[in-house]
Amino acid sequence: MGGTMRRLKFHTCGNFKESYHEELTIFETDFGRLWILIGILLLFVLIPFISSPYTLYILNTIGIYAIAAVGLNILIGYTGQISLGHGAFFGVGAYTAAILGTKAGVPFWLSVPAAGLFTAAVGMCFGIPSLRLKHLYLTIATLAGQFIIEYVLVQWEGLTGGPEGMIVRTNTLFGLDLSNDRIFYYIIFICFVIMTWASVNLIRSKYGRAFIAVRDNDRAAEGMGIPVFQYKLLSFAISSFYAGLAGGLYAYHMMSITPEPFNLWLSIEFIAMIIIGGLGSIPGSVFGSIFIVTLNEVLSYATEVLMNMGSSMGVAITIAPLREFVFGLAIVLFIIFEPKGIAEVWRIVRSNFRLWPFSY
Amino acid sequence: MEFFLQLLVNGISLGFLYAISALGFVMIFKSSSVLNFAHGELLAIGAFLFFTLSSWAKLPIGIALLLTMIGCFALGFIIERFFLRPLIGEALIEVIMLTVGLAAMFRGLLLFVFGGDIHNYPKFLPDTLSVNWGCIQIPSVYIATFIIGIVFLILFGLFFKFSSQGIYMRSVADNQLAALSLGVHVRRVFAMSWAIAALVAAMSGIVLGIINGINVHELSSVGLKVFPVVILGGLDSIGGAILGGLIIGLLETFTGGYISTSLREIIPYIVLVFILMVRPYGLFGLVEIERV
Repeated sequence: MGGTMRRLKFHTCGNFKESYHEELTIFETDFGRLWILIGILLLFVLIPFISSPYTLYILNTIGIYAIAAVGLNILIGYTGQISLGHGAFFGVGAYTAAILGTKAGVPFWLSVPAAGLFTAAVGMCFGIPSLRLKHLYLTIATLAGQFIIEYVLVQWEGLTGGPEGMIVRTNTLFGLDLSNDRIFYYIIFICFVIMTWASVNLIRSKYGRAFIAVRDNDRAAEGMGIPVFQYKLLSFAISSFYAGLAGGLYAYHMMSITPEPFNLWLSIEFIAMIIIGGLGSIPGSVFGSIFIVTLNEVLSYATEVLMNMGSSMGVAITIAPLREFVFGLAIVLFIIFEPKGIAEVWRIVRSNFRLWPFSY
Repeated sequence: MEFFLQLLVNGISLGFLYAISALGFVMIFKSSSVLNFAHGELLAIGAFLFFTLSSWAKLPIGIALLLTMIGCFALGFIIERFFLRPLIGEALIEVIMLTVGLAAMFRGLLLFVFGGDIHNYPKFLPDTLSVNWGCIQIPSVYIATFIIGIVFLILFGLFFKFSSQGIYMRSVADNQLAALSLGVHVRRVFAMSWAIAALVAAMSGIVLGIINGINVHELSSVGLKVFPVVILGGLDSIGGAILGGLIIGLLETFTGGYISTSLREIIPYIVLVFILMVRPYGLFGLVEIERV
């Protein structure tokens, strides 16, 4: 019996890799595979049925942001190109999906990927400056992109509805009602699993290695024959595709959109997600989006509680601005004390368990 | 013609404001290559500190100004010591995000303490400063801005040219390693440049506050306007910042006057993209050519 069955792989007590192939595997052990399977089962079978509508709403938000954060991590964490325009790209995706779905009557399953593709094109436009610009100059170019896109979203009233925004017509997918949060949960998380799987594999491919080479030393990369500009542009396109797709889902999730949420602050939140989660780590982007969305919710809950407390005592305590303070503090503390983010903490905790009782 | 002249005057005044707001930013960039996203908040902190001291504590203007300068100098020192120093040698994104985080912290605190309303300073500028040539009116605040701006510029020029600290700063900006090996205390230079930049930012914040009233949102958005200004002038050139400020100021008022008021806010950024494409190191910036 044992002859046909593959031997199960367990953690070794050191680094015994003998080939590049082993270095590249996603699952080092069969435990990893098992945990992923358990995770997916929990995600799709258990969680949607035990969650309250509010939790489900939060989870949907986390899922959408996580898709965008994974995409941004490909650009910033793996290719080393900083974009301050992803909030606007997310908005472009949302508006594209909304306009296609509502005004052109394109079905849901087509409009969301189309939003991704269109955003990828827009992202590439703002990636073109990377032909000449590096580092902080590129960052500033994307900052300008953020403001220009915001302006277009507000001013092009005929198409986007201006500052009042637009209502996204409720759509159906294969006869399922998308306004139902639980059904939408499945759609978001199926997209999330596919996109995460795609990004993990992208990083292992030739393209991913080229991205990392560009990040680590672009001159050396060029010297090794990697066309740096093309890969930077590709990275911009892929990352904007993720942002656009997430934006499209966001539009259908929210049912109505205005230009307001897609501001510079959203771009900063996205970057905060991947910095707090861990630059250059796909699970890190997911941890980061969970952290930021949860932090936002906790802070708005705390604000509400304190406001109520204040009004019952007859003093109006407005701690709403302190949300911004705590948010900034979280970013600063993570950068100073754990620059590799939650992914690193997670790795340390795991290896402590693995090496127990000989961890030190 | 009248309209044109008035726009010209407004544009130059606005440009001067941008220019002096950009000075502190350029200082930090010049010595430590840090892109400071918290610059607008530094402006706001200075403006509000002065507001607290002059209107709330009712100190005489001179003393309030002096205390504000000392306070902001110390603040710059503290920011460098506790937040920026641990990051020396880290990746660009981390430094940028740190300043973004600081910006959020400062903005949150200021909004918590002072709220989002517009506050005003008590009137202390003499009316005799204002100019009224027939059709053109220049209020006294603008004249004061002009004087302050020119004084700053001269002081800065002298500081960088002759004082030993200024020369250290230039040497660090030019080549950190060489400066280090020649015995320049690089960390002290970083701390000094943050402290001086915070001080200059406070002064600019006060001037902005006198003209437009002090408002947290308004002042922190000026911090972002600084980017087109300094990119146009060249990130590490103080003279460039002045010229960049004037160009952006004129561009804004003329767009607002002749084309549309909504385009006014965005035109600096559109110009920014074009400059970056054509001449990324700005008008006077140090050209580093790297063909990758």
